[in-house]
Amino acid sequence: MKFRPLLLAAAFVAAMPAMAEEVTVYSARIESLIKPLFDAYTKETGVQVKFVTDKEGPLMERIKAEGANTPADVLLTVDAGVLWQAEQMGLLKPVKSTVLEANVPAHLRDPKGSWYGLSVRARTMFYNTQKLKPAQLASYEDLADPKWKGKLCLRTSKKVYNQSLVATMIARLGEAKTEQIVRGWVANLATDPFSDDTMMLKAVAAGQCEVGIANTYYYGRLMEKEPTLPLAVFWPNQKTTGVHVNISGAGVTRHAKNEKGALKLIEWLSSDKAQNLYADVNMEYPVNTKVKPDAKVAAWGDFKHDYINVAKAGELQAAAVKLMDRAGYR
Amino acid sequence: MDIDIPHTAPLPPTPRRLPRRLDEHALAWLVAAVTLVPLGVVLASLWQPEGEVWRHMAEFVLPQLLINTAWLIAGVAVGTLGLGVSLAWVTAIYDFPGRKHFAWALALPLAMPAYVLAFVQIGLYDFTGPLQSLIRDVAGDSSWFPSIRSRGGVILTLTLVLYPYVYLLARNAFLTQGRRALEAAASLGLSRRQGFWRVALPMARPWLVGGVSLALMECLADFGTVATFNYDTFTTAIYKAWFGLFNLTAASQLASLLVMAVLALALLEQRARGDKRYTATGRGAAHRPERLSPWRGWLVAGACLLVLSLAFLVPMAQLLYWAWSVAAEQLDLRYMGFVGRSLVLSAGAAGVVVVLALVLAYSVRRKRDIASRLAARLATLGYAVPGTVLAVGVFIPLAWLDNHLITAAHALGWPGVSEVIKGTLLVMLLAYAARFLAVAFEPTQSAMQRITASQEEAAASMGLGRRAVLWRIHLPMLRGGLLTAALMVFVDVMKEMPITLMTRPFGWDTLAVRVFEMTSEGQWEMAALPSVAIVLAGLIPVILLAVQTEKHA
Repeated sequence: MKFRPLLLAAAFVAAMPAMAEEVTVYSARIESLIKPLFDAYTKETGVQVKFVTDKEGPLMERIKAEGANTPADVLLTVDAGVLWQAEQMGLLKPVKSTVLEANVPAHLRDPKGSWYGLSVRARTMFYNTQKLKPAQLASYEDLADPKWKGKLCLRTSKKVYNQSLVATMIARLGEAKTEQIVRGWVANLATDPFSDDTMMLKAVAAGQCEVGIANTYYYGRLMEKEPTLPLAVFWPNQKTTGVHVNISGAGVTRHAKNEKGALKLIEWLSSDKAQNLYADVNMEYPVNTKVKPDAKVAAWGDFKHDYINVAKAGELQAAAVKLMDRAGYR
Repeated sequence: MDIDIPHTAPLPPTPRRLPRRLDEHALAWLVAAVTLVPLGVVLASLWQPEGEVWRHMAEFVLPQLLINTAWLIAGVAVGTLGLGVSLAWVTAIYDFPGRKHFAWALALPLAMPAYVLAFVQIGLYDFTGPLQSLIRDVAGDSSWFPSIRSRGGVILTLTLVLYPYVYLLARNAFLTQGRRALEAAASLGLSRRQGFWRVALPMARPWLVGGVSLALMECLADFGTVATFNYDTFTTAIYKAWFGLFNLTAASQLASLLVMAVLALALLEQRARGDKRYTATGRGAAHRPERLSPWRGWLVAGACLLVLSLAFLVPMAQLLYWAWSVAAEQLDLRYMGFVGRSLVLSAGAAGVVVVLALVLAYSVRRKRDIASRLAARLATLGYAVPGTVLAVGVFIPLAWLDNHLITAAHALGWPGVSEVIKGTLLVMLLAYAARFLAVAFEPTQSAMQRITASQEEAAASMGLGRRAVLWRIHLPMLRGGLLTAALMVFVDVMKEMPITLMTRPFGWDTLAVRVFEMTSEGQWEMAALPSVAIVLAGLIPVILLAVQTEKHA
């Protein structure tokens, strides 16, 4: 066990920089999803990657409080809304990189270059195959139709994934129309919203309801464990806006000590070599279109995804939260 | 620190020494500062207007949340008192099959992280769980089954996790009450039951209030459990303001209101309690448990087993099952490190926090005035602040200080310094103190009430100085209370996430950090492994405490 010395003098010594080049990452993406990548990076380049994990909110406050002395070179996190907020708080430094511009599609990165998406997470619909035919399903908006009364399951509106989904709907349809849809969802609920996508999916499979909205990787994990569940993917809004997508992504911190190293790491994470490892460990989609998703993930089929810039989700998140409160979506 | 100060009774004037000895007031406020600094950061938010968020909250969010919170508080208060007191009473006063084992086992749910129990409960009893599935297989329909994801479900779950606070403190009260009070009651013609209601219970008041206030403060600060049930309470609004509306200021304001409400309640209770004394009558004459008739004994044993099963055995079995299923791929040598660090932090924090609580309780006892009581109340408020908000409150002043130290270090010619006090064990322990002082203070202060003024006076008249009185009179008599305090802090630190996450050094992952990692991606089965480890590590002090209590009862 590595024991951190108590004495300040010893702490001074411990804090002395190591000889090898080092990049420090603050990550809201958990250890098991990032460590394999960092290990591979170290093996390839010799650069050490030091990291600490926490929830995104505290991590951002941490960078802010540490100010110019922050050890963090990179902020790695989940959800575009969070990255947008980090940019708003002035925690990130806009960087230009031809590599990243080539690897990351324009709608999955900050227009100013403060952050870049590294994997795509699709929030789509799942239905009970014993109760529904895919032809009966159409779009997120359609789930507000009274014909779904008592047949819909949703996760709580307090989860950022739903906030992002509703935020992009506001961007497209305006507040009034979106609120009408969300009210329709609430009226159609079969049971109280769940706190977790997996619980929600299980309820659909058990017939407590017939259809629900969730991220694909939860479905992937659940089906791996219980392959016989009567549960299937449906890609909504294919004739209109496309499936709602969010990202996990990263940015260089404003006070990065090793700015170059930070950018190199992010570029590497977006490269062909790393993308499969990055996305596949969590059954997500690579952000780099030259890279194919994992076979298991590809088997769910191709789909058209929403090309609205994910930064919109951050911009309109507060509006979405308030709208869902008004509509009584808990 | 020197607490050997002159007695208030007229004594020959002692020559002034330098440095001047610390007064009890100064000591109490010094301890309180550990909490007051982070609390101050949270309260400072009150000066910044956030009208828009407030208007929205007041119109659409708060009305329902306040109702929900009131129900939760009332339900958990009744539940923890009912369970905690009755279990403490039967295990302290009566003898029945398995009493000795139940006496310690009933404290075990304390080691179970509340949000983990919440998840297990939903997994077991919700529509998709094994119980309702079985009902559907047999009877075709389970829609009549009461939903666990409901107000009742949350109250039940939090009661099951939090009753041990009341149980441990009440048991301490009943065991130290001495039997003479109850014998006197009996000689006056009171039955056992009347003796309980009219003597034992009123005499245990500080313990019961202490236990319940710990349970309720944890309830008010809880986010993980209510979030798992999607039951919106006041903390929901706090986190919604922060993470949903990106407004930490409004979140801190809401948290400040919570803290002030708790402070007001604490002061009210203190006023109502007045200057009543709760000293023991007939020290040393401990209870000889009264043997219950066989069928009554088995009935009581059955009731104890039911509580233990619901709160611990069944959820633990589920956790073990999950842990077993992932152990092959998850359990590796790194767990040695996780367990080791968790133990170091928990034991260290238990030591530090208990010492601080002792200083605080001692100051209150010596001074018996508003200033010292207020210091104690403020020092223990950290427990009512939602963990993540307090963690930020701890971190901001810490980073501020560190930034100045770094500047100084650079000026002194250490250019490579990037952290000075941040990421040291000492800072982590103080941060835990800010959160858990209440947990150690309640049992310590209650136990101190059993020491009579005449015992102290007798000791003083025999020429013992204050320090000697503290060492030779107070500490031996406080033993049970201090052990309870240490145990509860140990177990709480083991489960604590936000402060650990925010203040730990690079690579210093603990069991609680593992639980966070797994649950944040919804991988509850994998989270079972570190959860089981937390419970097992928590078992050690629970058993130690039980053995000690039995020995010294």
